[in-house]
Amino acid sequence: MSNTTPTLTGETPPPAPSAAETRSVEAQAARRKAKLRGGGKTVLFHGITWALGIVMLYPGVWMLLSSFRPSNQIIGEVGLIPRETTLGNFTRAFEGIGGVSFWTFFSNSMILGIGSVVGVCLSCSVAAYAFARIEFPGRKLYFGLMIGTLLLPFHVVIIPQFIMFNELGWTDSYIPLLIGKFLAAEAFFVFLMVQFMRGVPRELDESARIDGAGHGRIYWFIMLPLMRPVLATASIFAFIWSWNDFLAPLIYLRSPDKYPLPLMLRQFSDQTSVSDYGAQMAAAVLALAPVIIFFMLFQRYIVDGVATSGLKG
Amino acid sequence: MSLTHEASRESANSTPARRPRNGRPPRRGAETRAGYAFLAPWLLGFITLTAGPMIASLYLSFTNFHPIRDWGWVGFDNFTRLFDDPRFMDSVQVTGLYAVVGTPIKLAAALGVAMLLNNRRRGQGTYRSLFYAPSLIGASVSIAIIWKAMFNDQGIVDEIGQFFGMKPGGWVGNPDMTLPMMILLAVWQFGAPMVIFLAGLKQIPNELYEAAEVDGAGPLRKFFRITLPMLSPVLFFNLVLETINSFQVFASAFIISGGKGGPANSTLFYTLYLYQRGFGQGQLGYAAAMAWLLVIVVGIITLIFFKTSKYWVHYGGETR
Repeated sequence: MSNTTPTLTGETPPPAPSAAETRSVEAQAARRKAKLRGGGKTVLFHGITWALGIVMLYPGVWMLLSSFRPSNQIIGEVGLIPRETTLGNFTRAFEGIGGVSFWTFFSNSMILGIGSVVGVCLSCSVAAYAFARIEFPGRKLYFGLMIGTLLLPFHVVIIPQFIMFNELGWTDSYIPLLIGKFLAAEAFFVFLMVQFMRGVPRELDESARIDGAGHGRIYWFIMLPLMRPVLATASIFAFIWSWNDFLAPLIYLRSPDKYPLPLMLRQFSDQTSVSDYGAQMAAAVLALAPVIIFFMLFQRYIVDGVATSGLKG
Repeated sequence: MSLTHEASRESANSTPARRPRNGRPPRRGAETRAGYAFLAPWLLGFITLTAGPMIASLYLSFTNFHPIRDWGWVGFDNFTRLFDDPRFMDSVQVTGLYAVVGTPIKLAAALGVAMLLNNRRRGQGTYRSLFYAPSLIGASVSIAIIWKAMFNDQGIVDEIGQFFGMKPGGWVGNPDMTLPMMILLAVWQFGAPMVIFLAGLKQIPNELYEAAEVDGAGPLRKFFRITLPMLSPVLFFNLVLETINSFQVFASAFIISGGKGGPANSTLFYTLYLYQRGFGQGQLGYAAAMAWLLVIVVGIITLIFFKTSKYWVHYGGETR
């Protein structure tokens, strides 16, 4: 895997049209013909993509609009436009569950999300600097091990980790959920940052070394400011993954007032059951809203980040 | 302590690799120290959160570890019991089918849409983002709840299905339909591989297609002779990642089945069963055995992909 990704980084610019135009006469004729067909093709293209787009968007839009419907009008409703609208679903969703308000769950998720972002940006960039810029014996071995953890199923480590954190008395706290972020355990981000750093000209840090700067100064004053784009990409993903994470909080957290949103949603949908689909929809919308807003603001960054690094959603 | 010790030992028998820079002799010792200092957080994490737990879970898999009850060494008992456990076999079947059927469909959808979007047309960026969005939220509890509502008895999918002459009754409660429903959820998230395919498609030189056109090649021929071979490294990358990912579905199956894996074990994905055994029933030794089996299977599959890749993956600029 490691040898396929570098080809993905740095898209080559499209070939200049001037080079193509000096091609053979046949190619030019073919292009003219293609241009004539182009109008019909464009219509077809937009038709297909729009149809597909509607299918892709339908669940999300349906969820959003259903959250405004009275509960008894949600199931079996195929159309999108609500016949009656109500805000009652949101009132019930904001009330939260078991005496804990929605905002408690929301701020728990925020703490975990921001903690993840800080941890990932600090620890992964430091590790990536060691891999990309410091030459020391054993580096290649460690890099190989780091890449290996990319392919490792998470489940093989959760059981001993659970026993360990339990022995340490850290369960029902956020330490087990955040410690990996501060110890660069998310190899994807380390790899992403190594790839980025390899693109930064070496002359920059070499000239700093001549001026007597050590690795600490080079990392902090030269590399870190240059890394802003890749730190942004990593932050977005670290935040969203933490926001959507379900398994780790499910294992480690016991007190409902420490739950992040995914656990609240699960509890909520279990207890409200079939009877109150409206409140479930509203809660689901509220839990997803930050991610959706994030995505709309940074969509270019996110999508390009995926293309260059192969990150998963 | 042990870190610096290891470092100095390693530096003693390694080859002098660094060329002197700017006339100054390389400060090997200082470089090594700096290297380990920067690597320290990762190294600490690797030892305590990955390598240590891996060894521990291997050990646990040979015990009947339970947090409360007595426990002891049982040898290969867990592994042999696994194959007599009908629920385990069900979970293997569910996960295997999901991976074998879902992954190719998802990748085909991703490639198809990527090719559709590869032309320089207005709105390409918007479509790209639009199709990517589900990949970002697909594993969330919110989406699982929506999916459950949509595919439930009298849900939208049921209504549409009846319109097309399908039997009434939701997909969620029907053991024959839950796996297709889960696969649809996976396929709906084709955005991530699509974006990677798009990046790969952009790297194929247009000249190749023009030359093929001059030679009178049709679209099918162009696809199989140019697009597919040129895209094979990206296809390989996506195939490995998506296959490994498909073994690890959890949240959606958990929410849709209420944590039970029903009806009739039809959504009992491997990781869900592992969770039930380990954290539901406290049989951590048994669950550790399951986890190690998963690592072995994922390892074998990855190895097969890598070994066979030389027959179908073509790297540009590689001379053979």
